[in-house]
Amino acid sequence: MALTGVLRPGHAQLRVLNLEEGVHHYRDVLGMVETGRDEQGRVYLKCWDERDHNSLVLREADQAGIDFVGFKVLDKATLDKLEGDLRAYGLATERIPAGELLATGERVRFRLPSGHDIELYAEKRAVGNGLQVLNPAPWTKASENGIAPVRLDHCLLYGPNIAEVQKIFCDVLGFYLVERVLTPDGAGNVAIWLSCSHKVHDIAFVEHPEPGKLHHLSFLLESWEEVLRAADIMAMNNVTVDIGPTRHGVTRGCTIYAWDPSGNRFETFMGGYQPYPDYEPTTWTFDGLGAGGGLDYPQRKLHESFLSVVT
Amino acid sequence: MGVNVHIEDTGERYDCVPGESLLKAMLRLGRRGIPSGCHGGGCGVCKVEITRGAVTTGAMSRAHVSADEEARGCLLACKAYPLSDVSLRVLGRMHKNVCRPAAKA
Repeated sequence: MALTGVLRPGHAQLRVLNLEEGVHHYRDVLGMVETGRDEQGRVYLKCWDERDHNSLVLREADQAGIDFVGFKVLDKATLDKLEGDLRAYGLATERIPAGELLATGERVRFRLPSGHDIELYAEKRAVGNGLQVLNPAPWTKASENGIAPVRLDHCLLYGPNIAEVQKIFCDVLGFYLVERVLTPDGAGNVAIWLSCSHKVHDIAFVEHPEPGKLHHLSFLLESWEEVLRAADIMAMNNVTVDIGPTRHGVTRGCTIYAWDPSGNRFETFMGGYQPYPDYEPTTWTFDGLGAGGGLDYPQRKLHESFLSVVT
Repeated sequence: MGVNVHIEDTGERYDCVPGESLLKAMLRLGRRGIPSGCHGGGCGVCKVEITRGAVTTGAMSRAHVSADEEARGCLLACKAYPLSDVSLRVLGRMHKNVCRPAAKA
């Protein structure tokens, strides 16, 4: 099997200012499936085509933002190996017992120099996507509820020291650099898009002075028409839209950025391309991000909110 | 019936209809530079201080508005809904943008 090590972003825990408003947004407007609630009051959701029990956990708190992002790894041996590799690299790791998150096995957590908590885990209970494994139908009724993305796809995080973050993902966890934006002086990177798979990004970072910030969580749709339908559904439900529908130059993804009721940005997107680890990374100059269409290819401008509005 | 909102820093006035946030109504001024962010009380770019009048509020992130600030009327405009005519001062990022001369139409 070619896909080993870290498989995919598997879960993210978001802080929301009002739990039921958050649940309404992610379950009824975005159209995820609610799969459980725990003793802490956290609510668990998954996209309709995801097979594991949860991909999004909502926690009510007095500050918006992201608590952690978890990546599923191939198996427990891989989890042990990667924990050893992280420690050998010089990072402190912490084991969180199985069951602390519903239906989820033991997690290894570490903090990036950007201030974000990242987790690795090998086990999460498979609950299926509502389709039989043998001779399945292509979709279910849940695939038409709300915006109905097929999966949690990636996230974009803002914080300091992204050069060091890149080394941890690429040198320790087996990711590779797909695209980047140079700093204005061209000497470093102001933004990086990293993949552990055949996806154009599994996680991305922008250099930012405040640690631990969320720019957006992204959910995958399967067509441009579905992105336009998502825009209609957002407008019908008074969701505040940031940018789009449009196309990013970076990654070629067709996108809408919008905000949940607590101000956490989310993205509904489709497209991009399928990179391989041997590809030369695509480079954008800092001007290319704005006037070159990196952020918004048709409008060719750096929307002010992109670099300044985070939670 | 709406209420009138007075921006002390610039002398501008605008109307705000029931149920509408101070920020959403302010955007109708059509001015460049009004920091309109998440409209969810999370990102903190639209901070103002209410100096006169009454507002109700929705949930705002404590990362941007402390309990003390909230008690003395320092709020996020996206989560403040006026109950009467209101005067406000703009704070932080919003102050820099709303009050710079070039931003005046």
